[in-house]
Amino acid sequence: MPEFPDDSVGLVTPQTAHFDDPLPLACGRTLPAYDLIYETYGTLNAERSNAVLICHALSGHHHAAGYHGHDERKPGWWDAHIGPGKSIDTNRFFVISLNNLGGCHGSTGPTSANPASGRMWGPDFPMVTVSDWVHSQARLADRLGIERFAAVIGGSLGGMQVLQWTLTYPERVANAVVIAATPKLSAQNIAFNEVARQAIRSDPDFHEGWYVEHGTAPRRGLKLARMVGHITYLSEDAMGSKFGRDLRSADLNFGYDVEFQVESYLRYQGDTFSSAFDANTYLLMTKALDYFDPAADHGGVLAEAVTPCQCPFLVVSFTSDWRFPPSRSRELANALIRAGKPVSYVNIDSPHGHDAFLLPEPRYQAVFSAFMSRAASELGLEVQA
Amino acid sequence: MMRADLELIHRWVPEGAHILDLACGDGTLLAALARDKGVTGYGLEIDPEGITACLARGVSVIEQNLDEGLVNFEDDTYDLVIMTQALQALRRPDRMLDEMLRVADECIITFPNFAYWRHRVHLGIRGYMPVSKSLPYAWYDTPNIHLSTFNDFEHLCRQKGLEIIDRAVGIGEQEGHWATRLWPNLFGEIAIFRVARQRR
Repeated sequence: MPEFPDDSVGLVTPQTAHFDDPLPLACGRTLPAYDLIYETYGTLNAERSNAVLICHALSGHHHAAGYHGHDERKPGWWDAHIGPGKSIDTNRFFVISLNNLGGCHGSTGPTSANPASGRMWGPDFPMVTVSDWVHSQARLADRLGIERFAAVIGGSLGGMQVLQWTLTYPERVANAVVIAATPKLSAQNIAFNEVARQAIRSDPDFHEGWYVEHGTAPRRGLKLARMVGHITYLSEDAMGSKFGRDLRSADLNFGYDVEFQVESYLRYQGDTFSSAFDANTYLLMTKALDYFDPAADHGGVLAEAVTPCQCPFLVVSFTSDWRFPPSRSRELANALIRAGKPVSYVNIDSPHGHDAFLLPEPRYQAVFSAFMSRAASELGLEVQA
Repeated sequence: MMRADLELIHRWVPEGAHILDLACGDGTLLAALARDKGVTGYGLEIDPEGITACLARGVSVIEQNLDEGLVNFEDDTYDLVIMTQALQALRRPDRMLDEMLRVADECIITFPNFAYWRHRVHLGIRGYMPVSKSLPYAWYDTPNIHLSTFNDFEHLCRQKGLEIIDRAVGIGEQEGHWATRLWPNLFGEIAIFRVARQRR
């Protein structure tokens, strides 16, 4: 049996927490009962003071680190940063990573059964917002006996959840790490999301969201949505250096089959994604992104919205990220500065676009580790045996 | 043990002040001020290693190029702005001085005094651009593009109608020895100015 790398959390088994207390949602509806699937890495200390919450991005899930089995080809999606000796050091921290409500990886979502109808939720699943997710995550924290997180951490849409945590439950967050995120989507961001949604909703197999009951799925629409999304995750330079104008065969074939390597790559990404992800979940998650705007209730003044925040922030952006460019992270950092809150802002030089937040990069790791070790020593967290 | 100019500044900063430290390096000064005097605020830095060191110390650090100004800091929101050994590397030191005194009514600035006697010997007698402990670079790779003297800076402050609250120079051989009396423009290697907007 092959061994896992030394700096891996190794074999992990997801757990499910069931909640019977109804969750009121921002949209006005209430989720009567729900499940949250999650994984943990490291050991919770006796004081329960070393817990770290990981918030996932648009297509993410609870499997952030380690392996589900010895035959699993790739580890969890943030394995580069979670593990013994890594930025989020599992020798010191107890890490919790969950799948958000509305997800399609085990937490209650459109593919779960609606207890009221006995039918699958499908398109009837209520719209969930970043705030709703944060409330549900707080209930999971209650269940696990965690009063205050040593840190709440996330990239992209995950970073928005981190910000929401510091607004809704400021006393429950000791440190916040917001990576490659934005305090609100721009018109261009929403436009890309809308193209993705229209691709899904106009697929003849969509059936107004009841595709499962029709024994089908809007795969072509979801594939297109992912292809468009994927372009926004990479930088022009990254695409250029990865594919250039390389052709798959020696000659042009003057047809519409795959000719350029970049076409092949995008189609592959789209196919893989559309066979594994639920279209209704994708629709929901893009809406949660669009709706997020904590400054809206404060006349659009983010510096006023962040008044409740109490903890030190680390805000990180990447130079080639054009989905949520450095200027968006600076917007958040500057609002925190204006509010007089402790914040550090770092702009990492990376050619990998938005995807850079998922990848290992020496300066990114140095900065992330430095902030986390300072957090650990300030909280008196020791390396656990 | 802190760098000598930082020791002096440490003494000058009032308890509980809200400050900015421009080009804060590894955050030594801010960390010491937070620990000893309950000072709050931010360090600005562009050097990756300096930034990481700040984070490891728990200093709030913002990656920001000073040549782009302090637009993200509001008028009169800080008690004090400090800038050590960076003035000479800025594209427009005069504009930075305006910026510093826009966000706070007082600032502390340190810079290498180009008129220090050893520098004069280098240039005036030997005919080479000075290289010293305070100016360690060769002419072709130096980040110090706006060298000035103790007198030059005093002149700029007068021109701008600023009030010089305090000034001192560091004497080369004796680190930690600060004097203002005797020919500072000749004997001072490091100049330190504490400047305020003209009180109305």
